[in-house]
Amino acid sequence: MSTMTADRATTAQVEKRQPRPIPFTRLLSVELRKCFDTRAGFWLMASIGIAALLATGAVLLWAPDSELTYSTFAAAIGFPMAIILPMVAVLSVTSEWSQRSGLTTFTLVPHRSRAIAAKFGVTVGISVVSMLVAMAIGAVGTVVGSAILGIDPVWDAGFVDLANIVLAQVLGMLVGFMLGVVIRNSSAAIVAYFVYSFALTAITEILAATQSWFADLQPWVDFNYAQGALFNGSLDATQWANLAVTGVVWLVAPMAFGLWSLMRSEVK
Amino acid sequence: MITVDSLTKTYGAFTAVDDVTFTARPGRVTGFLGPNGAGKSTSMRVMVGLTPATSGGVTVCGRLFRELPNPGLEVGVLLDASAQHAGRTGREILTVAQRTMGLPTSRVDEMIDLVSLTPSEADRRVRNYSLGMRQRLGIATALLGNPEVLILDEPANGLDPAGIRWMRDLLRGYANQGATVLLSSHLLHEIEVIADDLVVIGNGRIVAQGAKSELLATAGTLVRTNDIVTLSGALSASGISFSASAATGGDDALRVEADAGLVGKVALDARVPLLELRPAEGAGLEEMFLELTADTQRETLTEGAAA
Repeated sequence: MSTMTADRATTAQVEKRQPRPIPFTRLLSVELRKCFDTRAGFWLMASIGIAALLATGAVLLWAPDSELTYSTFAAAIGFPMAIILPMVAVLSVTSEWSQRSGLTTFTLVPHRSRAIAAKFGVTVGISVVSMLVAMAIGAVGTVVGSAILGIDPVWDAGFVDLANIVLAQVLGMLVGFMLGVVIRNSSAAIVAYFVYSFALTAITEILAATQSWFADLQPWVDFNYAQGALFNGSLDATQWANLAVTGVVWLVAPMAFGLWSLMRSEVK
Repeated sequence: MITVDSLTKTYGAFTAVDDVTFTARPGRVTGFLGPNGAGKSTSMRVMVGLTPATSGGVTVCGRLFRELPNPGLEVGVLLDASAQHAGRTGREILTVAQRTMGLPTSRVDEMIDLVSLTPSEADRRVRNYSLGMRQRLGIATALLGNPEVLILDEPANGLDPAGIRWMRDLLRGYANQGATVLLSSHLLHEIEVIADDLVVIGNGRIVAQGAKSELLATAGTLVRTNDIVTLSGALSASGISFSASAATGGDDALRVEADAGLVGKVALDARVPLLELRPAEGAGLEEMFLELTADTQRETLTEGAAA
């Protein structure tokens, strides 16, 4: 206070501080902190580890002995991840609107694209780290399971398989992020995510089973279907093309629209 | 320094802010007045880049707000004390802002102390805060970066009388050190006590602006008597204009456009006993406000007040 008095009283305009721009790394660390600093946020993040442990435990307890392989663990852990990670992504964006903390966030960082880019970076980082943790837990489960059975652990998931699974989880999280950016309301975006990735999947499956024209077309129009291939080992060129085409339509295009409208929207 | 230049914001056919131009100067407290929905908050949101302007614009410290490299260090903003993540503690909200601005950690405790939140209150979640506590937290966030410009929307809202006094002294102190303070309020008494300059807005348009002393100087003299009829006649005969005043809550008062000495002399000559004779300044802002914004008020006012 006293220094301020001196500065302002004597050399108000001349010696004005020249603040430096906020570095992007600082925005990343702040956004990461914001994922953990509420009770809900903390437990959501903790639930990633907890769900991985529970899934591993469930496989150990109930899976047939012949299936106590690494790929079984990976699949079991992947399922809860596919729900939790997109929720993390949705809430990191929508809470700024639903909790109205965006008034402060976007006042301190008026270039909204930077704040949103920081959220994007943190979101992708969390999904990759979470999957690495999950795979480590799955590996422990495989070792423990085989030790209990007294057999050699079965490592039936190679690097490509695991990388594909990580990619699938990152894509799922980005879908959550996209819905958060487009909808900007926590509950609506969460509902939209479940419709998008579960209800829609069921509908397209029924459609494909009953309508042969759709069955042929499905890989090129159904993003969920195209992602499914990532969980089943390596993809051929056509499958990658399917993923790219559906990804552009169902993820990239709506994301671009959402970002465009977010930059121009009113924060209230 | 905040310069608002021909600012207009429309929502479809509705014009929320209509060609608003004013300047809030360093070293002065500028009061931004207007009835509910007049466009105060919209104008303030445009100033800090949360709402895009339809036309016109605002510069803060000579620049567009979004061009400030680290706005928190130059402009302290409190738009809505309730707009905080309810699940964070007060201390965490300040810490997030402190880290974003790149300030030392100690600044958080200094601010908590400055706004008189106890350490245990600071560690409570904002969900459990009263409006007054949220307001204090919001002021702490605004002051965190020691900014030279303050933009505060209804900062006295929810504060207790001691808190209002505290905030008045705080803002006065900031302005005296050379800061630009812009605050909106519908608490006219608050504004009247603290503001140096006034900007009055109604239906999105500026209806009056200038130094408080000048704007209120036209308020004239308030005179109260049981014999309104005789006094009115005497004033008319002396060619002094006056109007009925609702300042005393009854219909026994006039607002006279002359100084107290002259009004007293007229009353003496007319042998009218007076109950009260004083400069109308105390009631001036309220009357001026109601008069200027009469067309835009929601409530239909009694003739006395509107006249």
